[in-house]
Amino acid sequence: MNEMIDNLLTTGLEIWNWFPADWQTLLLILGKIILILVPLMICVAYITYAERKIIGYMQIRIGPNRVGPRGWLQPIADAMKLLFKEVIIPTKSDKYLFLIAPVLAIMPALAAWAVIPFDRGVVLTDVNAGLLYVLALTSIGVYGVIIAGWASNSKYAILSSLRVGAQIVAYEIAMGFALVGVVMASGSLNMSDIVEGQAGGMSSWYIWPLLPLFFVYFISGVAETNRAPFDVAEGESEIVAGFHVEYSGMAFAVFFLAEYANIILISSLTALLFLGGWLSPFEGLVEAGHWLGASSFFWFFAKACFFAFCFLWFRATFPRYRYDQIMRLGWKVFIPVTIVWLFVEGLMIVAEVGPWAASTGAV
Amino acid sequence: MPEIRNYTLNFGPQHPAAHGVLRLVLEMDGEVIERADPHIGLLHRATEKLAESKPYNQSIGYMDRLDYVSMMCNEHGYVLAMEKLMNINVPERAQYIRVMFDEITRILNHLLWIGTHALDVGAMTMFLYAFREREDLMDAYEAVSGARLHATYYRPGGVARDLPDSMPQYEKSKWSSQRKVDKLNQNRQGSLLDFLEDFTKRFPAYVDEYETLLTDNRIWKQRTVDIGIVSPERAKALGFTGPMLRGSGVAWDLRKKQPYEVYDKLDFDIPVGTNGDCYDRYLVRVQEMRESNRIIKQCIDWLRKNDGIILTDNHKIAPPKREEMKSDMESLIHHFKLFTEGFCLPEGEAYAAVEHPKGEFGCYLISDGANKPYRLKVRVPGFAHLSAMDEMARGHMLADVVAIIGTQDIVFGEIDR
Repeated sequence: MNEMIDNLLTTGLEIWNWFPADWQTLLLILGKIILILVPLMICVAYITYAERKIIGYMQIRIGPNRVGPRGWLQPIADAMKLLFKEVIIPTKSDKYLFLIAPVLAIMPALAAWAVIPFDRGVVLTDVNAGLLYVLALTSIGVYGVIIAGWASNSKYAILSSLRVGAQIVAYEIAMGFALVGVVMASGSLNMSDIVEGQAGGMSSWYIWPLLPLFFVYFISGVAETNRAPFDVAEGESEIVAGFHVEYSGMAFAVFFLAEYANIILISSLTALLFLGGWLSPFEGLVEAGHWLGASSFFWFFAKACFFAFCFLWFRATFPRYRYDQIMRLGWKVFIPVTIVWLFVEGLMIVAEVGPWAASTGAV
Repeated sequence: MPEIRNYTLNFGPQHPAAHGVLRLVLEMDGEVIERADPHIGLLHRATEKLAESKPYNQSIGYMDRLDYVSMMCNEHGYVLAMEKLMNINVPERAQYIRVMFDEITRILNHLLWIGTHALDVGAMTMFLYAFREREDLMDAYEAVSGARLHATYYRPGGVARDLPDSMPQYEKSKWSSQRKVDKLNQNRQGSLLDFLEDFTKRFPAYVDEYETLLTDNRIWKQRTVDIGIVSPERAKALGFTGPMLRGSGVAWDLRKKQPYEVYDKLDFDIPVGTNGDCYDRYLVRVQEMRESNRIIKQCIDWLRKNDGIILTDNHKIAPPKREEMKSDMESLIHHFKLFTEGFCLPEGEAYAAVEHPKGEFGCYLISDGANKPYRLKVRVPGFAHLSAMDEMARGHMLADVVAIIGTQDIVFGEIDR
């Protein structure tokens, strides 16, 4: 038995060595990508299930409970159904743009995960400008929505893409400014460095010195993903389904995959940037060596789950903003708040006051 | 220079916020409404014409289907017009039962309204909360008439049956265990009045719950305050009635101003708004639910203490008891005549109106002395409200149109008839 395993291993290794060195790196990266994407897709599938269940219980009903035990197979059944449905392309649509739009929507939502560290050192590419890369990619996602609305050649869809365009511009700025605050506090654009900069227990997380920025960032994140109460782009009761009103089958599903991947992304980013990612909240509170005090993937996951839950919670609670009210909130509240707080933060760092200066460590 | 054209959007008839089959042609400048043109007729079922070809008592069921969320109030308007023409008296117990069910219907209607209005504005949880309470009230409908929606319960001269002594019970099934069923049946052990009394005790807390979600919610206020303002003068000129009129600050309520049945013996208040915007109309309707609850309580107290007949003993109009029919020749003849050709109304015309949950619901009957109406005209509140759509929506944004449709509480069954 052992001999057989040894033989297999050696043959495996031989095959591996047979590849040229640059192929090996390529294969390694591909493997890592699959390792990230497959669990991510499973998470996306089950966040839809969680959404239906959680909102269901908030609305005193049960939610999906027929497919599989307790409805566990519901997302898979949904995916199967959508896979086998016809993708109808409206006659007067721009066919190529119509088909490329869902791809444009999901690509950045998945690509952004390349720089997200899940635990100390567990990251696909530890680029120095990680935060910049994430910011850039999340902005690209909106092109998919705008193009989808335009290519559909439908009045509801075009209204939706106009709304999205305006909304994203406003919130992207607020979001960017909020992230500048994080960069100022940590002195780095590298995601892992930002998390390590928050080491030292709950009190040294960036959420405390950057509290207003944290709220602005998370709310902008909700707006960025077009979720309630900022879901004017979908606006069920106003513009029917907005940009994806003409989509069906898998093309429709891809938009939803992108939306939920973005929810998870924003939740993870909030956890990483403001709540110390994989660092344990009990660091320094329990004796060294205890599992509660050790930083691990579990903490990152738990924090991200909390924010994802908030997304669902908001959806069950709030009415929808009107389009112009969203713009007002973005331009007249969030952007001034971030600018003021950046100014305050800058002053504090220069004057070396309180937690702001301490957290940079550089000054 | 390119030609600038308004953007025309066909809102409905298939639209999540169209409340049925409203077709609204919107001319927009960007998102701002320049003109709103409501089209009607997609749910026209010729109820008035149908009534002309049927004996009077057979049209009661059609009235349920006009405004299909406030069924018994529609019946009430029709039955009242017949009674006015025949000039007959309704036993007091029947009057109390009618008032009680009118108010149950008002709560039913306002619950559906608050649910759909909030859903249109994006707060979807309200919808399911409201339906939880509707379930109990529809059980009351079911207990008394056998039908959960289209009750056909009122009759000229009273109501069809007396209130039942027992409530229908849930039964154990594959999906619900005995314990769950027992819990559900807990408040169904006594009579219908016990069940309703239990409901009236629980209901104020439910309304508080809705208000927690909406009344002070900043987003809700931003979406409803100053939207679709109607001044008291315009509201009167446009023919508004009901909460639409009271939201503008005019304290007009037929239950107070032209009391019918026993409303003058009951203690309740008429809430009015001040600004005449969507938010005021929301507050008025929420308060009306609380007032209706008060009226139901008073009716329950009276009905517990006083027994009596519930249908007039004039057998030219109301059928005799079944046991009498088996032994008494005259009763048999009455029964046969009533169920074959119905009854004839004296020649003449009559208009009777009730304070329907949506406004003034009136029936105008012309009789030529036959057993069918020569003409029946139903005055529905929703028609006047919908006619004001253009005036209310102009200058607002697309999302506000949805809020305005919600606040008008439009049901197409009554508008198209």
